Amino acid sequence: MEFKDYYRIMGVSREASAEEIKRAYRQLARKYHPDVSKEADAEARFKEVGEAYEVLKDPEKRAAYDRLGTNWKAGQDFRPPPDWNEGFEFSGGGFTAGDAADYSDFFEQLFGRAGHARAHGGGAGFHAHGSDRQAKILIDLEDAYRGTTRTLTLRHPEMDAQGQVILREQALNVAIPRGVRGGQHIRLAGQGAPGSGLGKPGDLFLEVEFRPHPLYRVVGRDVYLDLPLAPWEAALGAKVKVPTPDGPVEMKIPPGSSAGAKLRLKGRGIPAATPGDFYVILQIALPPATDDAAHAFYGRMAEQFKTFNPRSRLGV
Amino acid sequence: MSEHALTIALQGSLLEEQTPLSLAELCRACSVQTEWVMALVAEGVLDPAGTEPGHWRFTSLHLHRAGIARRLQHDLDINLPGIALALQLLDEIEDLQSRLHSTGQY
Repeated sequence: MEFKDYYRIMGVSREASAEEIKRAYRQLARKYHPDVSKEADAEARFKEVGEAYEVLKDPEKRAAYDRLGTNWKAGQDFRPPPDWNEGFEFSGGGFTAGDAADYSDFFEQLFGRAGHARAHGGGAGFHAHGSDRQAKILIDLEDAYRGTTRTLTLRHPEMDAQGQVILREQALNVAIPRGVRGGQHIRLAGQGAPGSGLGKPGDLFLEVEFRPHPLYRVVGRDVYLDLPLAPWEAALGAKVKVPTPDGPVEMKIPPGSSAGAKLRLKGRGIPAATPGDFYVILQIALPPATDDAAHAFYGRMAEQFKTFNPRSRLGV
Repeated sequence: MSEHALTIALQGSLLEEQTPLSLAELCRACSVQTEWVMALVAEGVLDPAGTEPGHWRFTSLHLHRAGIARRLQHDLDINLPGIALALQLLDEIEDLQSRLHSTGQY
């Protein structure tokens, strides 16, 4: 188990006041909130910061954590010393933020699993509809063109017979329908939380998100690709092979095409009753003038196009 | 979950414009109170089709936005006008990104 340096995670000194810790938390939470942040590891950082704050904002937990001493380094293999929490009492909740599933092993070793879950519904003879759940599912753009099936594992905190919170794993094999768009939801009836009594289980809403693609960009149902051309292909026109998520196609480039021009392949975006379009945006790639022959050829071009001024629109 | 259950893929339904959610369904999907969704509509964060709460129809986009609103409130302690502002700015970022995506990246 790795030691976690909560002070370093929060960017505060060990002497920081409660006010300073709160301010640091607010700033970091805004910076790394997964809905707002564009940082690549936002979600992981957000959870880490939430866990650090959970400990440092609570005088009891902070004092106990401080008692571990200053010799521990972040990431170091950690085992709590015997009697480390003597005189402290953490049981009975006090957890305000985050979910039980979010805390690290380090946290759980020190402070246990997050108290008691809020009870939904309840006692015998009471029939309540189970609550709905939401989760995200990452798919590739190609999956939206063909449809696929995905296996995902969801972890829910649940209460066992003793009232302790346990994590239940739920494995699901889900059909991803063809034509799904980013941000769209797949509703799985009855796959939410179980109902109590005779109540029906809730539904599971899966929000689809596309994994960033190395070639394509998606806007709604339309798909965009930057297509590099050789100067002569752009100038003279050409038939070139173009990749699409549905497989390569031949595309006609009209003569006299310029960089930045947009060509459309109608109906080759994400499939639907009214499918999206596929756009290529032209780029001109220059062959390098690395050897003498190429060098000489560029020289002859300069000679040939003496009157061509690429900067004429700039007024110079 | 048994091995057997995993061999069959669950067929969900896609939330489309033609299969919207009612107010009660949206509330259940987000685990929030009706009043809270009504406040989001009043603030202009959500704009369902339909003239009165009983006839409101919510789409996938509304579900997505309500989820963000709930998390911003829960995680960052932001009030309703703040949520509305944050979502408006997120919309603007998305719009800029779409425009960036639909022109070349040089």
